[in-house]
Amino acid sequence: MFAVGEPFIYMLGLGYGLGRLVPELGGMSYMMFVASGTLAFSIVNGATFEGMYSAFARMQIQRTWDAILNAPMSLSDVVLAEWTFAASKSVLSCVTFVGALVLLGISREWTLLLVVPAALLIGAVFAAIALIMCAIAKGYEFFSYWFSLGIMPLAMISGVFFPMSELPKALQTVSYCLPMSHAVDLVRPLLQGKISANVGLNIAVLAAYAIGGFGVAMALFRRRFAN
Amino acid sequence: MSSVLRFSDVRKSFGKGDAKREVVRGLSLAVEGGQCFGFLGPNGAGKTTSLRMALGQTEPDSGLIELLGYTMPADARRAREKVGVVPQMDNLDPDFTVEENLIVYSRYFGMSDSVAKSKVPALLEFAGLSGREKSNIAELSGGMKRRLTIARALVNDPAFIVLDEPTTGLDPQARHLIWDRLKALRAKGKTLLLTTHFMDEAERLCDHLAVIDNGVLIAQGSPRELIEKTIEPDVVEVYGDNVAALKDRVSAFATRVEVSGETLFAYTTTPKPLTDVLAQFQGVRVLHRPANLEDVFIKLTGRELRD
Repeated sequence: MFAVGEPFIYMLGLGYGLGRLVPELGGMSYMMFVASGTLAFSIVNGATFEGMYSAFARMQIQRTWDAILNAPMSLSDVVLAEWTFAASKSVLSCVTFVGALVLLGISREWTLLLVVPAALLIGAVFAAIALIMCAIAKGYEFFSYWFSLGIMPLAMISGVFFPMSELPKALQTVSYCLPMSHAVDLVRPLLQGKISANVGLNIAVLAAYAIGGFGVAMALFRRRFAN
Repeated sequence: MSSVLRFSDVRKSFGKGDAKREVVRGLSLAVEGGQCFGFLGPNGAGKTTSLRMALGQTEPDSGLIELLGYTMPADARRAREKVGVVPQMDNLDPDFTVEENLIVYSRYFGMSDSVAKSKVPALLEFAGLSGREKSNIAELSGGMKRRLTIARALVNDPAFIVLDEPTTGLDPQARHLIWDRLKALRAKGKTLLLTTHFMDEAERLCDHLAVIDNGVLIAQGSPRELIEKTIEPDVVEVYGDNVAALKDRVSAFATRVEVSGETLFAYTTTPKPLTDVLAQFQGVRVLHRPANLEDVFIKLTGRELRD
């Protein structure tokens, strides 16, 4: 519930509070801007929590993975299952968040339905990254680094709370190479009944990060379990 | 029936360069069908690594491992369909009830929920957990968790069951109940492989024992054979403040004498003269007993702590 709750509070606080001071941003109200940004953020969080804390609990604390590996199952079966499950948590975050947006009347566009497949893809990216963290973690403490030094700074440079055009040019380039800006870019127009102008690029970049990230996570788990 | 599990000159090292450590160093052994096979050794002897290799979870550097006729780890998946594992550390799923633990675990063997569900009553009865279907794992005692873990290892009706220290941490009542269940499994014709640090447990349950140390097999045979061929039949234990001082006086009457802390162990084939001599000493207590598997284990692997 943290995965949705925290971004939702950001949205309410910033949207209603800061929204009064900020005029339109890129052709939309600040509320709409921050709602779409924090929706993407909650999708990122859903998979990140599950792939780090919950997967680590099953692997290291409860030893559920060991139990499964004693059955006719392989490590790749288990990691694949964790990956898809964590990605599905992003869908759950997105459905909850979108439901709230509809109830509050912030957006009621039919394109909101397309957030679901987008959430699955974005979830796959951040689930894979979370599993990389899980594969190298010695304890839970490690995960707060990825949140504080990874996810939060990424949110700052990816247009979640303010437009990327406000960033120095170099930082914008960096951000375009990273997955969260494409997640925001893909989700934002869907709240206004539109499709991202860069939809093909967004999907390609996210898919590349998802597949590459999963490959790296798998290799790291294999190394961890070889000893 | 041929061997259920066979190791032929198996080797395994961990680490690289200077940190490289050979944990299993040319291990060969065979577990015959229908046996309860005890796999003994001090901590760090290579037992866990060997078990992991037997189940295809760790790849040997060299040598051949066959489990139920399958080459490991290449055919691990097919072999594990017919194997049950009771791990050393309880790893029941705390998010599920007793019944759900069995059903969910059955899915990993490709069983449908309806088939799995139909097996639950018999499994719980075997584990002495009938009526506990809806209990949460946190409500179970240590002994109940172990029994449920054993029941979980039986969902696929395995021919071969591996138990890694199944009674560690349990009270005597719970241990006796586990022993009783293991004997019942053996009576059904299952092959059991058991690791334990309790020598009375190994002596009581196992038909055949293999003792490994430093990654090699150092002795094997039935508990009786091992005691007879390894050690003197009588042991006299002497307790007292300064038993070390008695060592020289006692040596003439015993084959071997060892002092460990405030206890002196004298091993002999003719106990009478020894106990007569000891009767003259004041301030010591004497216990005369037949040699047991623990004496064998200590003789084979030494008295020093391993970790």
